[in-house]
Amino acid sequence: MTETEGYVGRSLALLQKYPVKIGDLISITTRQGVYEGTLMTRYGYADDHHIVIKLRSGYNVGISIDRITDISRVAEAAGPKYVTPPNRPAPTDLPKVTIISTGGTIASRVDYRTGGVRPALSVEELCASVPELTAIADIDSEVLFSLYSENMASDQWSALALKVAEKVNNGSKGVVVTHGTDTLGYTAAALSFALKGCPVPVVLVGSQRSSDRPSSDAATNLIAATVTAANAVFSGIFVAMHHDLSDDTISIHRGTKVRKNHTSRRDAFESVNSPCVAFVKNGDITVVSKDIPHRREGVTLMPQPKFEKKTALLKFHPDFDPEIIDHLVSRGIRGIVLEGTGLGQVASRCNGAIKRAIDGGVLIAMTSQCIWGRVRMTVYDTGRDLLSIGVIPLGDMLPETAFVKMMWVLGNTKSSNDSIRLMTENLAGEYMSRRPLTRRKNAA
Amino acid sequence: MNIEPEKIGLKVGLEVHQQLATEKKLFCSCPMPSEAKPELRFMRRLRPTQSEMGQIDPAALFEFRRGTAIIYEASDIDSCLVEADEEPPHDLNQEAVQTVLIIALSLGATPVDELHVMRKIVIDGSNTTGFQRTLVVALNGQLKTKDRSVPVQTICLEEDAARLLEEKGGEKVFSLSRLCVPLVEVALAPVAAEPESVQEIALTLGRLMRATGRVARGLGTIRQDVNVSVAGGGGVVEVKGVQRLDLISKIIEYEAVRQTGLLKIKDSLLSRGLDSSCVADNPVDVTEVFRETSSNLLQKTLKEDGRVVALFLKGFKGMLGYEPIPGIRLGRELAEVVRFYGIGGIFHSDELPAYGIIENDLVRVKEKLGVREEDGFIIIAGPEASVEYASRALIDRLTEAFKGVPSETRGPTPDGKTKFSRPRPGAARMYPETDIPPCPVPKGLLQELSKQIPPQWEEQLQGLMDKHRLNSKMALQIYDSGYMDLFEKITASTRVQPSVIAATLTETLVSLERQGLDSSTLTDDGLLDLFKHVDSGAVSKEAVPQILELLLKGESRSVQEAANKLGLSAMSDDAVVQIISRVIEENKGMIASKGEGAFSLLMGRVMVSVRGKADGQRVSSLLKAKIAEAIRSRV
Repeated sequence: MTETEGYVGRSLALLQKYPVKIGDLISITTRQGVYEGTLMTRYGYADDHHIVIKLRSGYNVGISIDRITDISRVAEAAGPKYVTPPNRPAPTDLPKVTIISTGGTIASRVDYRTGGVRPALSVEELCASVPELTAIADIDSEVLFSLYSENMASDQWSALALKVAEKVNNGSKGVVVTHGTDTLGYTAAALSFALKGCPVPVVLVGSQRSSDRPSSDAATNLIAATVTAANAVFSGIFVAMHHDLSDDTISIHRGTKVRKNHTSRRDAFESVNSPCVAFVKNGDITVVSKDIPHRREGVTLMPQPKFEKKTALLKFHPDFDPEIIDHLVSRGIRGIVLEGTGLGQVASRCNGAIKRAIDGGVLIAMTSQCIWGRVRMTVYDTGRDLLSIGVIPLGDMLPETAFVKMMWVLGNTKSSNDSIRLMTENLAGEYMSRRPLTRRKNAA
Repeated sequence: MNIEPEKIGLKVGLEVHQQLATEKKLFCSCPMPSEAKPELRFMRRLRPTQSEMGQIDPAALFEFRRGTAIIYEASDIDSCLVEADEEPPHDLNQEAVQTVLIIALSLGATPVDELHVMRKIVIDGSNTTGFQRTLVVALNGQLKTKDRSVPVQTICLEEDAARLLEEKGGEKVFSLSRLCVPLVEVALAPVAAEPESVQEIALTLGRLMRATGRVARGLGTIRQDVNVSVAGGGGVVEVKGVQRLDLISKIIEYEAVRQTGLLKIKDSLLSRGLDSSCVADNPVDVTEVFRETSSNLLQKTLKEDGRVVALFLKGFKGMLGYEPIPGIRLGRELAEVVRFYGIGGIFHSDELPAYGIIENDLVRVKEKLGVREEDGFIIIAGPEASVEYASRALIDRLTEAFKGVPSETRGPTPDGKTKFSRPRPGAARMYPETDIPPCPVPKGLLQELSKQIPPQWEEQLQGLMDKHRLNSKMALQIYDSGYMDLFEKITASTRVQPSVIAATLTETLVSLERQGLDSSTLTDDGLLDLFKHVDSGAVSKEAVPQILELLLKGESRSVQEAANKLGLSAMSDDAVVQIISRVIEENKGMIASKGEGAFSLLMGRVMVSVRGKADGQRVSSLLKAKIAEAIRSRV
């Protein structure tokens, strides 16, 4: 924190005239009276003509610099009175679970003096914030990144895959990955392919309400994720998030079938075209899906962490300009996943560009922007035309999963035939041959 | 006991919370609360957040550990994802900001230049988020009452909390409809005052706010927190959520007495040479002592795998039962504290043996604790976690006894006393609501709003008296009631005498409420309809109370239905004359002896038969004519 963080322009110039810094108890004299309070940081991108202080009552108020006649320091900022959490709990005979953090704050501490929120990341801090964890597993933790999820990309997927494999091969009975929710689905798909055949559960978890609030879903989700990592009889890559609005049941989704379907609700994550794998309620796991690989502890995990960045996910829309495809091809793109309409169509005027791309060796596959349901390109002429050009239909695969899978396929194959074969093969539960009648299965 | 406010250094501060009558809620586009039936239920658990200092509010921690499940009931009509804490708050409602600014300007307060929404941690479940959103709008004003000027400290805008519907077992049920309704909170500086004059202050402030015409009216739309302290070792006690104005003075008197009593207990403790080191640091487990007890209470605890612990109090003999003022005892205070932790009460040395605990048990407890003749002790029993938290709270409360009055949050009882509701929360746990950017208050807006400062309420009252020919008592009653707007609406749309409307909306409804009926079930439209029936002559004004009674009891669903049920379709003059003739016939003798003097008695008898089906004045004139006729015919 700089001494006048957030202040710019006129307010910064005014503050610099006086010997005060953030956190100092100051007295501001105005034409309407005197205000005493702690000098606070300024909210990013706010205007440059207010000074913010925290009154003794705890309230923040902004005072216009136009009526300030004097500022003086009453007391210097007290250093942060941070109390270190108790020591790391002694190793237990509970299953060893590693919590890898990539960003987002699954647990945090609030400094009511400055209003700052600090993530709790070390094992000690995590266990102090969510003490239930120590009764579930012998927790080990590692901070891999501190990134907002929109800044996660394939380089991080690769590093994460290697880290998870290292932990699993070193005896972790399960791994929990904390992750911002926005691209959590993509990372779950990426690990599903890069850690294909993972012998233990790897559970990604996030929160839709930040962990500094008492109503946060972070702890409930984290506890369920840890329970799953420690005790589930199945293995693979999963996502643990709220099943509905209640802090009650947590759904365990397959990493290749899960999607964030709401901007803010706790139950934003849904298994699409597939039932959930399991539910966790009161610490108990109820398995719903039968076709999930069993836990196979002791098997060595061989990561395949390469992803081809020259891959695109393109959404077709009315007036879609086929030149976009030509442009991508000219820039060296190696694969395109199309989000077509309905059962898997695009306007026939795009066929020329698509054919040129495929003839040039670009892998092109079709998913549906309907999200729910599968593509079936033999139903209409337009679909049949695309099939004959060489567009690969991807069944009920989610567009995002298809995109990640194509990156991984292109990163790990040399021939076009191999790529096409892998794209159509069910590698990590990304295809479902049967789709349930109900969109969402109720909790057991 | 009579209190002498000056002598005991009584100081009272008021915080008045008044709901605003905005079109929408404070941070979303939901309309104000409706009576809609909830169609959605969900369960949450609130987790105390750790502060940087590593502190967690112990009461909050207890509730969390106890695993209290919080159930919310909501209707799509008046709640959305924002109330459910499933969507970030929208922009601050500017209509609410302007209303609070107008109130602030009427109080001569200085608005802040930039509004910052804060999160105030509240984890009892009354807010889905676990915090209340609140912001300071203005500081430092003056409230002028009849005979004094009371400093105003802060004027805040905040969201109302969810309404607690029930609490049982490990479950609390709240309705979301009230959550997020804008409230203005006016905090007055503590002042030395007679309890009655504090009531007067609250009333004046309420009227000043109502004068804006922009605040909600009716029961439950205004609530007072009353902060009471006395000199000489007294902390400030906050009595939260007093809804009835007439309770304020009683509550202050009770607190003054209670706090005076606690100071006497303190003096007595100190005069014995005791100090806080006389309170044992830790309770002693005496579960085994009571394994074979004949006390039903303890047996029940033991059956449920609970614990019994005892706390040693050196030199405390007689102090737990000591009653310097009737009803004020340390023992009673301690019992209130443990109840918060789900324990029924305490057993203490000044009242034992009793409750099935026999001398033999006590001998063994005393032995374990090392109690001598002059010492005291307390026994509590309950589930292990409750006992653990409750005994910590007991030790803290006993330590406070040496200082006098602990600062704590208490709640009002219906008879104007107070009872312990929560241990003192730590320092205000507030941090910025980062979802809502700071919002500047434009200078131009203030100039615009200062033109909207309403006339003083006294002027409005005079206007009301002049316009509707009401006497001052009636005018004040209707002004202070929740029905001011409705009154204006009914007077504008019917020809019924304003005083009749005012009396119905105030006195009649109050008297029906005293019978235990709930007038909040009446709708504005229903009341308007009633007076339209009166206006058209379909219902006489005398029948109004009977109709209201049927509606409130739920025996009739509409005014027309009630009128039909009562057989109240107004009686024709002919039918009235028939009744009059019969009554005159029956009372010929009286008319003969008393002449016109028989009128009032006969009027009463006629009205019994008319049973509200005809207007009293009409009956009276018909009766007078008939009596005159009867007298003439005899002559």
